Amino acid sequence: MMAKPEIPAAAVRFTDAPCLEVRGLACRRGLRLLFRDLDMHLAGGQALALYGDNGSGKTSLLRQLAGLLPIEAGHVAAPACHYLGHADGLKAALTLAETLQFEAAIHGAPIGAADPQDGLLAGLGLAGRAAQPVGDLSAGQRRRLSLARLLMAPRPLWLLDEPLTALDTQGIALIDELARRHMAAGGLIVAASHVELAFATQILSLADYRSEPAV
Amino acid sequence: MSVFWAICTQHMRLAWRNGHSGLAVSFLFIAVTLLPFGIGPELKMLRALAPGLLWVVLVIALMTSLDRLFQADFEDGHLDQLMLSPLALELVVLAKLLGHYLAMVVPLLLSVPLAGLLLNSAPESLPRVWLAMLVGSPALVLLGGIGAALAVSVRRGGLLAILLSLPFYVPVMIFGTAASGREPGVLLAILGLLSLAALCTAPLAIAAALRTAQR
Repeated sequence: MMAKPEIPAAAVRFTDAPCLEVRGLACRRGLRLLFRDLDMHLAGGQALALYGDNGSGKTSLLRQLAGLLPIEAGHVAAPACHYLGHADGLKAALTLAETLQFEAAIHGAPIGAADPQDGLLAGLGLAGRAAQPVGDLSAGQRRRLSLARLLMAPRPLWLLDEPLTALDTQGIALIDELARRHMAAGGLIVAASHVELAFATQILSLADYRSEPAV
Repeated sequence: MSVFWAICTQHMRLAWRNGHSGLAVSFLFIAVTLLPFGIGPELKMLRALAPGLLWVVLVIALMTSLDRLFQADFEDGHLDQLMLSPLALELVVLAKLLGHYLAMVVPLLLSVPLAGLLLNSAPESLPRVWLAMLVGSPALVLLGGIGAALAVSVRRGGLLAILLSLPFYVPVMIFGTAASGREPGVLLAILGLLSLAALCTAPLAIAAALRTAQR
């Protein structure tokens, strides 16, 4: 049994009242219009759980909110965000310490954010593995490591795609704790999932916005 | 700026650790070892052909490395993270190209003098060939990057990247081999012009291609 994770406390509060505003959003993949007329409003401290069948456009919606996918129609106003997708973007040949340093650098983390690495890794349940290559980690451990970027560079909006995939019970508790802490600091979360997310304050089902098959 | 260097050094580190740099250099030496057997034992003929052969081998060695520029990053989600970094995508691209140049082209350039001796190059012509390669090789990486970016969403798109880069490479090859001759002069200047023009335009084209590939 693992000790309760102790994550280095982030002293950040999002004081400028970040909010996510989506109006009339539509998404097209190839010839199919996945959803349309989607409205969403999320204020600081709120978390939205995004439900929907396979292929209903959960990932596409998250990528639209992140600005990675073009917007077919409608309007999105989103604050700076972290996107945690299915592909974790970690490099097998790098060690955990190198990965953290790199993540801190490219996400514009405050200087020294990657320094208390042992504390950060211990908090994620990866204590003592700083010198190991990422390729040695299991799927669940990789997912834990990818959470580090959320903690190193504070950004108001977290976009999580199936955050609980491959995680064990403690891992799920860890996500829950991180999410609640982020919300308490005034952050926002949109998370796509097939299972119930305990921290969610709102629910959106993409089935309600399904479009007729596009011609 | 630290983001730029972090991306550049990480690309170099991965190229080195995954053995891509060593593979390119090995390819160069395998090719120049086999070429004399194919051409025959005529030392004079070998000497006359050497500059052109060196150019062809260098270009092919570079071409085979093109799919390592963006393909892996696109597939493992790393590109998403880079796109969400505070640095403009054009500069992210430039950082990766610089890393690719330092990790792949510099070892090749350092190997060329020895490879030239294996092809019975005239000692007085080797510096000219080397200078022309130094001036022309940035264009090879930058223009090859356009092909690599256009082919990035195609799984195992390495061959496609090579085919797309081929027309860009022809002018560089023509001026490169010509500038390796007795009187480089203006030819070397044109080669330099190709490299500078590629430096100004390629990062914009590559960034646009990568954004399109995200759809």
